[in-house]
Amino acid sequence: MKRSSPSLLKATLAIVQKDLAAEFRSRELISAMLVFSLLVILIFNFALELDIKVRQSVTAGVLWTTFAFAGTLGLNRSMSVEKDRGCIDGLLLAPVDRSAIYFGKAISNLAFMLIVEAIVLPVYSMLYNVNLFRLDLLGVILLGSIGYTAVGTLLSAMAVQTRTRDVLLPILLFPIAVPVLLASVKASNGLLAGAEFAEVLTPLNILIVYDIVFIAVAFMVFDFVVEE
Amino acid sequence: MQAKPTALKVLDIASILVLAISTYLALFFAPTELVMGAVQRVFYFHIGTAWVGLLGFILAAGSGIIYLITKDMKWDRFEVAAVEVSTVFFFLTIVLGSIWARPAWNTWWTWDPRLTTAAITELIYIAYFMLRQGIDDPERRARFGAVYTLLGGVSAPVTFMVIRLFRSIHPVVIGAANANQEKMSMTPDMRVAFFFALFAFTVIFIDLIWHRLRLGNMEEKVEQLKLKVSM
Amino acid sequence: MIEVKKLVKRFGLKVILRGLDFHVEPGEFVALLGPNGAGKTTFLRILSSLSRPSMGEVQVAGYKLPHEAAQVRARLGVVSHLPLLYPDLTAEENLRFYARMYGIEDQEQRLTEVLEMVGLEHRRKDLVGAFSRGMQQRLAIGRAVLHDPEVMLFDEPYTGLDQDASEMLDEVLRSVAAKGRTVVMTSHDLARAEDLATRFDILSRGVIATSATRDDLKTTNLLAFYKQSLES
Repeated sequence: MKRSSPSLLKATLAIVQKDLAAEFRSRELISAMLVFSLLVILIFNFALELDIKVRQSVTAGVLWTTFAFAGTLGLNRSMSVEKDRGCIDGLLLAPVDRSAIYFGKAISNLAFMLIVEAIVLPVYSMLYNVNLFRLDLLGVILLGSIGYTAVGTLLSAMAVQTRTRDVLLPILLFPIAVPVLLASVKASNGLLAGAEFAEVLTPLNILIVYDIVFIAVAFMVFDFVVEE
Repeated sequence: MQAKPTALKVLDIASILVLAISTYLALFFAPTELVMGAVQRVFYFHIGTAWVGLLGFILAAGSGIIYLITKDMKWDRFEVAAVEVSTVFFFLTIVLGSIWARPAWNTWWTWDPRLTTAAITELIYIAYFMLRQGIDDPERRARFGAVYTLLGGVSAPVTFMVIRLFRSIHPVVIGAANANQEKMSMTPDMRVAFFFALFAFTVIFIDLIWHRLRLGNMEEKVEQLKLKVSM
Repeated sequence: MIEVKKLVKRFGLKVILRGLDFHVEPGEFVALLGPNGAGKTTFLRILSSLSRPSMGEVQVAGYKLPHEAAQVRARLGVVSHLPLLYPDLTAEENLRFYARMYGIEDQEQRLTEVLEMVGLEHRRKDLVGAFSRGMQQRLAIGRAVLHDPEVMLFDEPYTGLDQDASEMLDEVLRSVAAKGRTVVMTSHDLARAEDLATRFDILSRGVIATSATRDDLKTTNLLAFYKQSLES
């Protein structure tokens, strides 16, 4: 039988495909994230009295709070699935680079988050009669979600290995993810208020820098998180 | 038990002395600031605690990296000591800042970049302790702690940059002042009190870290002895 | 095939393995026995490259751990008490995933081969979540032999199985997993270990206390030998 250690890209793809296939069968994770998102928006509606005037200034904040909360739910679940049945050992036993595990899980988590966002955005647009389907706004959401899942995947791998794992992830993740959330809100707010693209360039640049820096850091330290 | 080293005893006394001198300088020696009045005197300690808080944070991230490379538990103990001591100092900074802010800006708290970053940094510290508490295996605890301080160390400056996009009312003390921000100018006597406070808190910081390290080493010894007895 | 010298493993201050020496010839089937907390699982995790030794030398299939872990992993199959399978994927999807992780070419052919070997060919399109514990464990063996490893490690493979399932697993272990390979197994089930293994090593207080081959046990039985070694 022929075999050769798979490349980083092939192993990453295998993990992503495995995660997506399992999710499309059970739909556990995405449906939980989705229902939770809609509930958060509903609560915001009553808590903030989202009439037309208020809405304009808080839409970006409401959206990103929703994404962040739903995101932790998905991140936690996605890593628990690996940990509970020892599957993480199965991944670690394969002759592949550990980075493949990190990138594979991060890309699946990003995919889950983007799917949820792709459903929440039109619903929000319909409920509040604002058009959120703008290319520039989608770009900001993509950049923000990349940064959030890049750190979130690393931290969820740590959180599932602790005794307090159910509550720990948001506590670990939110203070570290403050820059990405703030920059995303800032940029989205500017775009929704009809600002020129040049005006939101600074938060966008910060988002790009954050994404690159944290992907690099997570890539370097992931070994320390999964190895004994 | 090992006796307290003489150098540490000397440092203890020095800490008390410099703290007393710094208090005198801040409360009596430095002239009263014209605009803000007597409350400005809290500034010397505010800066002193903020400086060592920041120093501890950077040292913790640094020793975290060294731990990950060397896997020597000594660096883990240093990291914990640095984080613990600077958590307290950062908390003091925030409290002193609030005392200063109340008459100066007419509010206990503003969402200013420095204040907010300080608060978030404090939350990172708290999360750090919660993370460590949830792990039984000391090596894993050390590894995760190191990774988390590293992430915090990278994230905090970016947080500061982002919040700076929102307008700031915090005075710029050192460095280039923004045109529309009030700049505080210091008289030579104020400078003396200011730099002495920095020096005094650095001495106190080193003293406390030393104590915490000694405590960490003793804890380790106790564990060893317990293990010996149980076998 | 496996060469361990003066292995020490510490968790913090607790010393689990204290200077353990261990040696396995190619084709041997070694049963690693010992009371709970003796360090059997820790030792197996080190052999499987999941845990780093604190001190000492470990060589598996001619490669040193932890530095040549990738080469060791490619030549190693592990069956633990957890199946390491995804319940939301079918049997065939699970195996296909691991085949890709091991870089196996001719995936489909190998998949069918392995499924036939463990007797699950007819259930290949069924979700693993719906499998019984015994079937999951058989599929786990299929997963472990997918890349035709030279060394197999079994960590308490019988945990949670009833009598029938255990017997069936015995059969698969013997005919599929152990055939032509070097095996190290930990188990509490002395009777099954006695049936399968060619050598018995007793791990106690972090070292191999005693060792006996099948021939050594002709006059006495494994249980007596086990008790005697722990008492001494």
